[in-house]
Amino acid sequence: MSATATAPDAVDAAPSLNARRLPLWWPLVGLLLAIVVDIIVKTTGVITGTLSLIILALTIFIVASTGWSMAVEGRRHAVDRTSTIVLWSAFLVAFVPLVSILATVVVRGWNAFSVAFLTSTMRNVLPTDTTGGVLAGIVGTIEQVGMAVIIAVPIAVLTAIYLVEYAPSFKSQRMPKIVSFFVDVMTGVPSIVAGLFVYTFFVLALGGQRSGFAGSLALTILMIPVVTRATEEMLRVVPNTLREGSLALGIPRWKTIVRIVLPTAAGGITTGVMLGIARVAGETAPLLLTTFLAQDVNWNLFSGPQASIPTFIWDQFGSYTTASVDRAWAGALTLILVVAIFYTAARVIAWLTAPRTR
Amino acid sequence: MSVDTTTTETPPPIVGKPGGRIGDRTFLTITRLAGLLILVIMGSIAAFLVWQSVPAIRQVGIFNFLKTQEWNPQASPPVYGIATLVFGTAMTSVIALVLALPIGYGVALFIAYYAPRKVAAPMGYIIDLLAAVPSIIFGMWGVYILMPHMQGVGMWLNNYLGWIPIFKNTLGQYTKSLLVAGVVLAIMIIPTIAAITREVFVQVPSAQLEAAQALGATRWETMRMSVFPFGKAGMISAAMLGLGRALGETIAVALVLSASFAINWHISEPAGNTIAANIALKWNESTPLGISALIASGLVLFLVTLGVNMIARGIIARNAAFSGANG
Repeated sequence: MSATATAPDAVDAAPSLNARRLPLWWPLVGLLLAIVVDIIVKTTGVITGTLSLIILALTIFIVASTGWSMAVEGRRHAVDRTSTIVLWSAFLVAFVPLVSILATVVVRGWNAFSVAFLTSTMRNVLPTDTTGGVLAGIVGTIEQVGMAVIIAVPIAVLTAIYLVEYAPSFKSQRMPKIVSFFVDVMTGVPSIVAGLFVYTFFVLALGGQRSGFAGSLALTILMIPVVTRATEEMLRVVPNTLREGSLALGIPRWKTIVRIVLPTAAGGITTGVMLGIARVAGETAPLLLTTFLAQDVNWNLFSGPQASIPTFIWDQFGSYTTASVDRAWAGALTLILVVAIFYTAARVIAWLTAPRTR
Repeated sequence: MSVDTTTTETPPPIVGKPGGRIGDRTFLTITRLAGLLILVIMGSIAAFLVWQSVPAIRQVGIFNFLKTQEWNPQASPPVYGIATLVFGTAMTSVIALVLALPIGYGVALFIAYYAPRKVAAPMGYIIDLLAAVPSIIFGMWGVYILMPHMQGVGMWLNNYLGWIPIFKNTLGQYTKSLLVAGVVLAIMIIPTIAAITREVFVQVPSAQLEAAQALGATRWETMRMSVFPFGKAGMISAAMLGLGRALGETIAVALVLSASFAINWHISEPAGNTIAANIALKWNESTPLGISALIASGLVLFLVTLGVNMIARGIIARNAAFSGANG
């Protein structure tokens, strides 16, 4: 008897599955209210700043939705709705600068961007002239980044092989752990410090010149950890059955790695390299310290100052004439295009070589 | 950098010594040397910077080097020190962290659990794109687009929060300030914080999520009960990695700041400089002693970022050890 008497209470206390919820179109009400209030406030001239209006709208949206939810669904669901709005806003807040930056670069960069811009240099061009272009920078960036790839990729891939293919079978895990830790720490080395190091090491200690090659060395330091991490990840997803099959046929371990594991992971490693290129191609600070500025094309990576796209932008932006600032923005557009090409290539290669699940 | 959390396969352990044959032994040695090279590079960065810093620090003494606010190595006697630079670096980074942390965590949580499934991956990709924008472009954008907009923010802070000393503005000028630099840095570190936090958030064992949901928790309550406790270490280290990036950022800050040499606590006034920006701005006009002084300031930056990064990575590494077992 007592059991049947208490049962209904327990059911009543638990949240009912049929509890009243807000309709699916709940955000529309708050948004509409926010927009209406904003329009009124703006036309009456109480608040006119764009930022203030957005903040006001968001506040109204949150208060209205939470209030409505509180009345219909209760406190817990009201908090949940608020969190949803706040998190959507966080994403939009992060999204707005990206759109703004890309739009600014395209719109302002378009003024001076042309085929002539891409194919001429700054030789004999005054800051006030509207001619001149980024050719010297393009040549420099291609050579410097290319050399950085040539140096960084073997080191990075070999380190990744050491960490993934060999280290797990070592008795002592101390050394691999230290290496792995410092690869991570290396990602955090500020780019200007990489530039300072190459200057002290290559120029002051070894007596080398400030040249494109010195710049390549600085970019190498920034690139190694990115490519190492990417390669490690790719090696880890190579199925073990491939390795076992090869080893079972009596093929030595090094040949298994070189002929079986690496080709399988090649697509992913290429993606990592492309991401590494996209990262270092836009680096300005280390190049300012190591390559200097140059107005004309310098094909020789190893001798004399060499331009690059980022240092070209820095140089033009610092001149503060309308024409040179226009050139700086056109340079920025060129740089964004270069980065975008490598970034997209990375994604396309990753997509093409991803294992298909049937 | 986004990292897919795919199941990892470790290679089969080799019975006996790895590399019994000559080819194997050679190859292992080569890969080991590559690993060693990483350690050598990190070690020599410290060693070479110390070596080149000595003349500059000897010249004025370590104490003066730390507490002097001026930067004038050409004067006789030379006067220079990193007090202003350290202050500017710390202040811009703190502003950046305060702004970027809530947004970065929010973005991570949004992409991991709130965004509609189908669009979550492209949204993560878009935020990662923000990390691919070169810093010089952030700087130009900061000067041309952000700075005019920050005028109103600075005025508002002065009018309504001016009773808090740091928000006061006695000059009536709002451009080229530490606040603007801090906002630019915040935008730059949001993707770093979001990417690392997201990686940790998606690793929350589904049993823990389901347990919360089975108790009738709403989505937000699930976050509070299951996701936050699990992701705490990841959130802390993401913050530190973001801090490391903000401390070392050079070009964007160099373009935005006015490069003055006096500690000014009013963050919306045009003033201040950071270690990294100062190196880029002063480099080409420096005498050997000036270069040495800049390298010395770079050494300080390197040691600080190294410390911050090592702590962050230490937290991640320690946590990874047991997080996998829970899954």
